[in-house]
Amino acid sequence: MPKVTVDGQEIEVPDGATVLQACELAGKEIPRFCYHERLSIAGNCRMCLVEVKPGPPKPQASCALPAADGQEIRTDTKMVKTAREGVMEFLLINHPLDCPICDQGGECDLQDQSMTYGRGATRYHENKRAVTEKYMGPLIKTIMTRCIHCTRCVRFSEEIAGVDEIGAVGRGEDMQITTYLEQAAEHELSANVIDLCPVGALTSRPYAFEARPWELKKTMSIDVSDAVGANIRLDSRGREVMRALPRINDAVNEEWLSDKGRYQVDGLGKRRLDKVFLRKDGKLAASTWDEAFGTIADRLGSDKSSIGAVAGDMLDCETMFAAKALIKACGSSFIEGRQTGMNYDVSNLAAVNFNSGLAGIETADAILIVGSHVRWEAPLVNVRLRKAAKRGAKIFLVGPLWDTTFPAEFLGTDLAVLNDLPGHVSDAFEAAERPAIIMGGAALARGALNAGLAFAETFGLVKEDWNGFNVLHFSAARMGGLMLGFAQSGGMADIAAANPNVLLSLGADETDYAPFANSLKVYIGHHGDKGAHAADIVLPGASFAEKDGTYVNTEGRVQFAEKAVFAPGDAREDWTILRALADALGVKVGFDSFAELQSAMIAEVPALGEEGVASFGALPKADMNAKAEGSIDRYPIADFYLTNPIARASAVMQQCSAELFHGDELAEAAE
Amino acid sequence: MADRSPAPDTPELRDRWGGFAFTETYKAKADEAIARYPDGRQKSAVMPLLDLAQRQVGEETDTQGWLPLPVIEYVAEYLDMPVIRVLEVATFYFMYNLKPVGKYHVQVCGTTPCMLRGSDALFETCKKRGMVKGHVSQDGLWTLTEVECMGNCATAPMAQINDDNYEDLTPERLDAVLDALAAGEQPKPGTQEPGRHTSEPSDGVTTLKEMVDANYDYRSEW
Repeated sequence: MPKVTVDGQEIEVPDGATVLQACELAGKEIPRFCYHERLSIAGNCRMCLVEVKPGPPKPQASCALPAADGQEIRTDTKMVKTAREGVMEFLLINHPLDCPICDQGGECDLQDQSMTYGRGATRYHENKRAVTEKYMGPLIKTIMTRCIHCTRCVRFSEEIAGVDEIGAVGRGEDMQITTYLEQAAEHELSANVIDLCPVGALTSRPYAFEARPWELKKTMSIDVSDAVGANIRLDSRGREVMRALPRINDAVNEEWLSDKGRYQVDGLGKRRLDKVFLRKDGKLAASTWDEAFGTIADRLGSDKSSIGAVAGDMLDCETMFAAKALIKACGSSFIEGRQTGMNYDVSNLAAVNFNSGLAGIETADAILIVGSHVRWEAPLVNVRLRKAAKRGAKIFLVGPLWDTTFPAEFLGTDLAVLNDLPGHVSDAFEAAERPAIIMGGAALARGALNAGLAFAETFGLVKEDWNGFNVLHFSAARMGGLMLGFAQSGGMADIAAANPNVLLSLGADETDYAPFANSLKVYIGHHGDKGAHAADIVLPGASFAEKDGTYVNTEGRVQFAEKAVFAPGDAREDWTILRALADALGVKVGFDSFAELQSAMIAEVPALGEEGVASFGALPKADMNAKAEGSIDRYPIADFYLTNPIARASAVMQQCSAELFHGDELAEAAE
Repeated sequence: MADRSPAPDTPELRDRWGGFAFTETYKAKADEAIARYPDGRQKSAVMPLLDLAQRQVGEETDTQGWLPLPVIEYVAEYLDMPVIRVLEVATFYFMYNLKPVGKYHVQVCGTTPCMLRGSDALFETCKKRGMVKGHVSQDGLWTLTEVECMGNCATAPMAQINDDNYEDLTPERLDAVLDALAAGEQPKPGTQEPGRHTSEPSDGVTTLKEMVDANYDYRSEW
């Protein structure tokens, strides 16, 4: 632990810290462009210059200088001030002064730092260099004249995303950042380079010229596009969500966000259900709340128990609890959240949880991934896996091939390999100190859960401070739904067998409604998607951005999202619809306000009342005779960009799907 | 300075170079270069491989050689590395030609010492022979490039033509070199000053005189 002095203040810094980190620990602000906590050190912007003794009598780049015992660091001397002014002046030589028409204006590192650390005026009168724009895909807009060559984007795509796409070609004044032959950046995290870019060289294409940062209302929310529960900030203006940005949470998303979570928000304003619809003569026609509620009450008649509810993938816990309360008050217990028909055992939630934690999986040293296309099902978990692989973890996969961003070995698509692992694989797991298994949706659908538990038992995945048994869900509502009991022992088939008079569909768009031909299907949701098409009654609800709500991610982390905007038209927050429906049906659900609803929910499932990782106890005793069988011929997600109704409504996601996912086919068709 | 953008990616370029592969000889050399590095570090051999590829292209086209995009992609695949990383290297070093060049790539130094010793006249000489900076001459024989310091300041002015340096040039001496090359002969590389061997003082040795004929131990005199 070296002791250093920063501006006369003596502090102790961790081993391996840099001078820049030491200054930050001492509470000094060091300007920087190329340095980023999560990327490797480049040391090429020279903005972080400080004076360090002992050392040469010149300013030193603090980001690349290790802190050493007895160093005397000054950040407030004349030399440091003039050095920073000089660096800033050089950076601005070729940077256009187009802040008024630059989308980064107002949230630009260069703008802020030139105000704080730069000279008042320019002394440069020669021509500035100009660089042609580079195409980087439908999400990233480039104005490369503004680039200051910090290479953060290059390092991100190489180190974090694991897809070497962006590079710096040429040298000196002619250096340019580009993708190879200006191909689109084609991975699920590509848009993070927009956040990383300290200037306006890489900006958001869909958000171009839409709004200024200071006119936006910022709301803390949770991403519902997958089960990672990335922390996001929704920036809204008036009734419109303009953009979603990641918030920093080291335990969940670090500071990244998948492209889908970031760019599906334009779908919040498209294909919205904003009126009550009732099916008359086979066609959905606009109607009223009273008529819709009346129709449901009539259909249900005096025996109200013939009712069931299926929950969609993006629901908050409050909506699910309100639905559960309504179904219970009606005297039924048919509630299910696994809308595609999965029926794995949920008697012990530890067996369907990501027990090692999203951050914990980084420290695993042998990982078996069964039936999960992690890049599509949870891009941010893929980032963690890449980190684990970089630390030396051996990773094996069972399932069809996909493009991993880390060294990994595919063991084929046959699940039977779990029963009898190849020698080198079992050797790796026997030798591992922190072995882990990740079971994906495709494995659960084929009933491999018990075989996975047996694997955990065999190789000792559970240790004193380590639980390596993980299930990776991809629905934001899944863990919350399971905690609230949205699971029948036979899955959707149980509800279909009961043939209920009324089926409440809470934003369930992936369900097969064919078995419910005789039921009155009531869709409560926000987008006119598959669910609404199949419904007999459509009640317009609120999306995740339009209501407060609790979400539980795949590792059992309870998180709270706030309401950013109001739902359009007649749409209401889902719980109020269910509360009103209870009145129409003449049953009592026991709450009249959102606060009452929440406290009733917390009273039933106390874990939902505490933000943080819920504890599900120990894994169930594994059935050692469980055998995995069958083969995984495909993953549940066919197209990463179009997995939920919001994304399917989003023009940006459709364009991404067409260009990035189907782009090759289109090109072939053109030839 | 030369234009450092790669030649455009056209169907013709793909047709001509899409099937590029190292010949036996070059493959052996490439594998030897890769073998110099530990297993899994084959990427370290990217610079020698690009050079070998450029030389093979040169042999095939009877020029100094250059690097079409499909050849860059071939090298990337050979070393199992992303193409953009290879392109970064290829665009960084001026010794890799990104556009077709002539049989002889005449690189005349125009930096201060050479300029003071008369490099302007060398450019004039080249111009008279029909060479234009950055272009291949009509007969396909020459490409002229103005380069920065090549480290031959003691024997300035100089020109580098393919693999050899020609130093102490005057317009006449450069003409003689170029004539010889055009005639298919190999002129003497190095200094063109009669009586000068390498970069020793041109008007006779002034220091370390005892070293001229044989090795001499100066240590007793220190």
